[in-house]
Amino acid sequence: MKTIQDCLNERILVIDGAMGTMIQRHKLTEADYRGERFKDWHSDVKGNNDLLNITQPSIISGIHKQYLDAGADIVETNTFSSTAIAMADYEMQSLAYELNVAAVKCARAAIDAYYAEHPGTETSNRKFIAGAIGPLNKTLSLSPDVNNPGFRAVTFDEVVEAYYEQVRGLVDGGTDLLLIETIFDTLNAKAAIFAIKKYFREHTDKTSLPIMISGTITDASGRTLSGQTLEAFYTSVMHAKPISVGLNCALGAKEMRPHIEELSQIASCYVSAYPNAGLPNAMGEYDEHPEDTGHYLEEWAKEGWVNIVGGCCGTTPDHIQHIAEAVKGMTPRKLPVLETSIA
Amino acid sequence: MNTIKPYLRLSGLEPLVIRPETNFVNVGERTNVTGSKKFARLIKENKYEEALSVARQQVENGAQVLDVNMDDALLDGVKAMTTFLNLVQSEPDIARIPIMIDSSKFEIIEAGLKCVQGKCIVNSISLKEGEAKFIEQAVICQSYGASVIVMAFDEKGQADTKDRKVNICHRAYKILTEVVGYDPQDIIFDPNIFAVATGLEEHNNYGVDFIEATQEIKALMPLTKVSGGVSNLSFSFRGNDHVREAMHSVFLYHAIKAGMDMGIVNAGQLVVYDEIEPALRELCEDVILNRNNDNNEATEKLIQFAETVKAKGKETVKDETWRNNSVEERLKHALVNGITDYIDADTEEARQKYPQPLDVIEGPLMDGMNVVGDLFGAGKMFLPQVVKSARVMKKSVAVLTPFIEAEKEIRKQAHLAAGTVNEDSAGAAKVLLATVKGDVHDIGKNIVGVVLGCNGYDIIDLGVMVPADKILDTAEKEKVDIIGLSGLITPSLDEMVHVAHEMKRRNMKQPLLIGGATTSRMHTAVKIAPQYDNGVMHILDASRSVTAVSALLSKDQREPLLQQTQQEYEDLRFQFLNKNKKAFIPYEEAVVTKEYFDWKNYKPVTPAVQGVKVIKDADLATIAQYIDWGPFFIAWEMPGRFPEVLTDKVFGEEATRLYKDAQKLLQQVIAEKWFTADGVIGFWPAVSNNADTITLQTEKGEVKLEMLRQQIKKAIGQPSFSLADFVSPAGLGNDYMGGFAVTIHGAKKYIDRFAADHDDYNKILVQILADRFVEAFAEFLHQQVRKEYWGYEKNETLSNEELIREQYRGIRPAPGYPACPDHTEKLKLFELLQVTENTGIELTESLAMNPPASVCGWYLAHPGSHYFGLGKIGRDQLKDYAARKGMSLEEAEKWLRPVLE
Repeated sequence: MKTIQDCLNERILVIDGAMGTMIQRHKLTEADYRGERFKDWHSDVKGNNDLLNITQPSIISGIHKQYLDAGADIVETNTFSSTAIAMADYEMQSLAYELNVAAVKCARAAIDAYYAEHPGTETSNRKFIAGAIGPLNKTLSLSPDVNNPGFRAVTFDEVVEAYYEQVRGLVDGGTDLLLIETIFDTLNAKAAIFAIKKYFREHTDKTSLPIMISGTITDASGRTLSGQTLEAFYTSVMHAKPISVGLNCALGAKEMRPHIEELSQIASCYVSAYPNAGLPNAMGEYDEHPEDTGHYLEEWAKEGWVNIVGGCCGTTPDHIQHIAEAVKGMTPRKLPVLETSIA
Repeated sequence: MNTIKPYLRLSGLEPLVIRPETNFVNVGERTNVTGSKKFARLIKENKYEEALSVARQQVENGAQVLDVNMDDALLDGVKAMTTFLNLVQSEPDIARIPIMIDSSKFEIIEAGLKCVQGKCIVNSISLKEGEAKFIEQAVICQSYGASVIVMAFDEKGQADTKDRKVNICHRAYKILTEVVGYDPQDIIFDPNIFAVATGLEEHNNYGVDFIEATQEIKALMPLTKVSGGVSNLSFSFRGNDHVREAMHSVFLYHAIKAGMDMGIVNAGQLVVYDEIEPALRELCEDVILNRNNDNNEATEKLIQFAETVKAKGKETVKDETWRNNSVEERLKHALVNGITDYIDADTEEARQKYPQPLDVIEGPLMDGMNVVGDLFGAGKMFLPQVVKSARVMKKSVAVLTPFIEAEKEIRKQAHLAAGTVNEDSAGAAKVLLATVKGDVHDIGKNIVGVVLGCNGYDIIDLGVMVPADKILDTAEKEKVDIIGLSGLITPSLDEMVHVAHEMKRRNMKQPLLIGGATTSRMHTAVKIAPQYDNGVMHILDASRSVTAVSALLSKDQREPLLQQTQQEYEDLRFQFLNKNKKAFIPYEEAVVTKEYFDWKNYKPVTPAVQGVKVIKDADLATIAQYIDWGPFFIAWEMPGRFPEVLTDKVFGEEATRLYKDAQKLLQQVIAEKWFTADGVIGFWPAVSNNADTITLQTEKGEVKLEMLRQQIKKAIGQPSFSLADFVSPAGLGNDYMGGFAVTIHGAKKYIDRFAADHDDYNKILVQILADRFVEAFAEFLHQQVRKEYWGYEKNETLSNEELIREQYRGIRPAPGYPACPDHTEKLKLFELLQVTENTGIELTESLAMNPPASVCGWYLAHPGSHYFGLGKIGRDQLKDYAARKGMSLEEAEKWLRPVLE
């Protein structure tokens, strides 16, 4: 079976689009979210999209399948908030591990269905599951209290613990890759890297999985929310020895372009990019046309900047299909030569 | 293809990449409770706000990394480290730089690592408690992505001798790289700086041990770094800062030469090596280098000296004798030593002494800053000291500014009264000018800027090495009317194509003007114009830029001009395509029709100099005699031969005036040593292979140079030239080949100075003079080579004019120019001659040389050798060449594009 490395050397891979946007289309009610198992849960759970991995697995699997049909090579698990820290909003901390296992199963079911419909693609066109590790709703580098800049709402150890449990769930569920994404505070990402390294050190029976890293440049300053420049960010996470580094979210392709160009110059690993469908309009909606997104990413591929492309907020299977068609057959970015001497 | 070097990379909010040319990284030491009483007190009293200002001061004083240490028996170290680093993270001006987490307790180190998003340095871990513990701690540091300082400390104790230091470091290196999986560039060694001059003879060699160990460590493990805590060295002179600072300076001077990369120093408190009183400096050198130190003799002398300083009491330690010197000397002293105490009064005194306030800046202040620049360049001053000097300069300028402004106002009023100023500039058309990314040459662009400026256009000059995005973003933001791109080296041509391509993508409307020495109408027509539809024009020189710009801005003329240009370019493209189809011979055939010489009867001369020779600070007056003034006037767009140009009917008068100004400036440049001329040459045994490869025998083994051969179809019997033909084929004799690189340092200072004064005339004059100087230096050096260093024409006697006409034997072709247009061969030349180390010339990503006034090339001595232009080559040669160079086809194509059909 081909590894992700093999596939990345051959072609530009496509990662899927937004999960939340697609869930919204189902117009689910509080009762739908609760399902049978949580019908008596003591707090509201509507909006806890990750819970649907357990209560509505067929909907989640169905969305994954739509993205696969559209041409995605990598599907991201629906686990953006599946950590004890993020689940505290719904008082569902204890479900973190289970949510991750269930999420990988949903993705796996979709891939199995796809292979069944397209015999032979398992070897010729292998699909991958990326276990999505989100940024958390609490940050390690920023104080939530303006009057007390030294204060932190959470500790590094707590974050490591939460991510460790998420990693355990994703690995036990059978994910192919681990994707630390939407990083707006690099220290949170470093805690996730720390947790992954710790997990594989302590579980020598498991094969270490490739790590993908995707940061978020929040605005025109060209920096992360925690204040780092792109190069400083990359320098801070290099030790993960990621298979890819990239950017996602916050910006549309137009705004993300110079940053992807820079990253393609400095990254010693593969480069990924999955921007939002433009910037939100006055109504807070993403309205970039799929063809436009496709054109932007096609141009990056032409420039030789990218290895993995896809979409973030506001993108749909339609966007992914346009992206997949746009980059089909195009040469992926070549890995830079790592020199061994500084002379 | 994109390559990535194994540099040590650190980060705070911004990256810090430690490159070979970084020289020395200052680690700020004041945020250390063991080293700073003040900081310790603030932390103990919970005054973290004030403690932060200590950190901020370190950054302002030039610290590039911040060392934080909370090791104190009375402190909860974990808590203090956490609190302080969390606070630092919310101060962007401090968090900008990387943090060095310093503790002897690993739990405190780990607490620190949990607070910092950037890539830190851990200071330190060691083999003190055995390998198992070392590995465990290293794995944890690695999990946080930190670089580590490894102290030369093992189970037996701290290493004191050179051999122990090197052995322990090497052992740690093997464990870190082979067992833990550390990248070598993330390992920093601290081979222990111990106190010298303690009175115990066994301590006397500690300085030497460190310096020598550093040298060996760097040779053995070249990607690693060496650091150290410098203040230990002078521990026995506690309380005598005067002596201590001198010792530190002297020690660093030698240790950095040996390869020390970084050190923990008080960024605000380092005396300048050259400013230490000679007697004290001599004593410090003796003690540190353990010279003249039998029976502690040197130590005793330094202690005696220290006593005399001490005896005078604290007040008199500050030597105030410099106050008795002239005001110029005082300003210089204040600048070099970073003293602001008297600067206001001294500046005022100077202002009254000089006719114009500006003269104070151009005179004594610039003189002082030149000294600072020279000392910094020579490794005798460090960044923090330079920052201090700059601050003194700023203060002094601030005193002068109101007077300068007042004078300007007077002049302006005079102009207004006379009606010689255009009050209405709001409507002026805007022209954006930039030298493209990767290129540093801007003389031509500056001239265009001045000429257009004089014609009433509003010029936005973005300078050199400007990326496409910045050019186009600015163009859009400032709503400029025309964009002009400049470049001198061939890769700039590609970058211009890229800019044009981007303009189309962005749907821009402005016309694009192309200029610069390598640009041509043909290239513009064939490569650039097809990328962009709204007008691309090649502009031959500055004078033509005025007519082009005015036509492009005129409603009536714009369209006809663009159409006419388009038609011309269409014709050129047609010509180009047709011309290229027939005119080639296959590469194989070209090799066979090489130029043949009678090698059997040729006796190569063995160069007098073997290997590499560095020429520092060559005499400017001598060089000036070799200046070719022809190109000087061409640069000013006054073509013609020199000296006839001075009597030209049209511009003779102006040329004469210009020549006088240039001569005056030239004398000043020489007298005041504005420039420093540095160079390096080398010679190696060489053979060719009857095709296009020349093999050099160097100390480090064979180096293959790859040349290109003409493929243009010529008349029968005419050879297809290649530089390789000028070197004896293997087996036919023992030939030699040489290389050189020369540069003029110092021009930028004056260029920037004149730019800051808006004195474009003198700015361009300096730029052109620097170019003339470096060419003259190359000419002069080439003569020295013929007569002496290689010595194949010992009796040559040629006049300057004959030199200019190249009537000598042998040539000096430059990589990137017509005979050998591939810039990447420059990399080999730079490696062979260690050009960057030896002369300070650096290569940009496009392989342009910086400073721009630099020249490099090969020396060929055969009497039949001559210059030629390669012309276009075919795909077959491209493929062969790429294979010879070990390059991908794409890569070779990229570098050779200008000579491909």
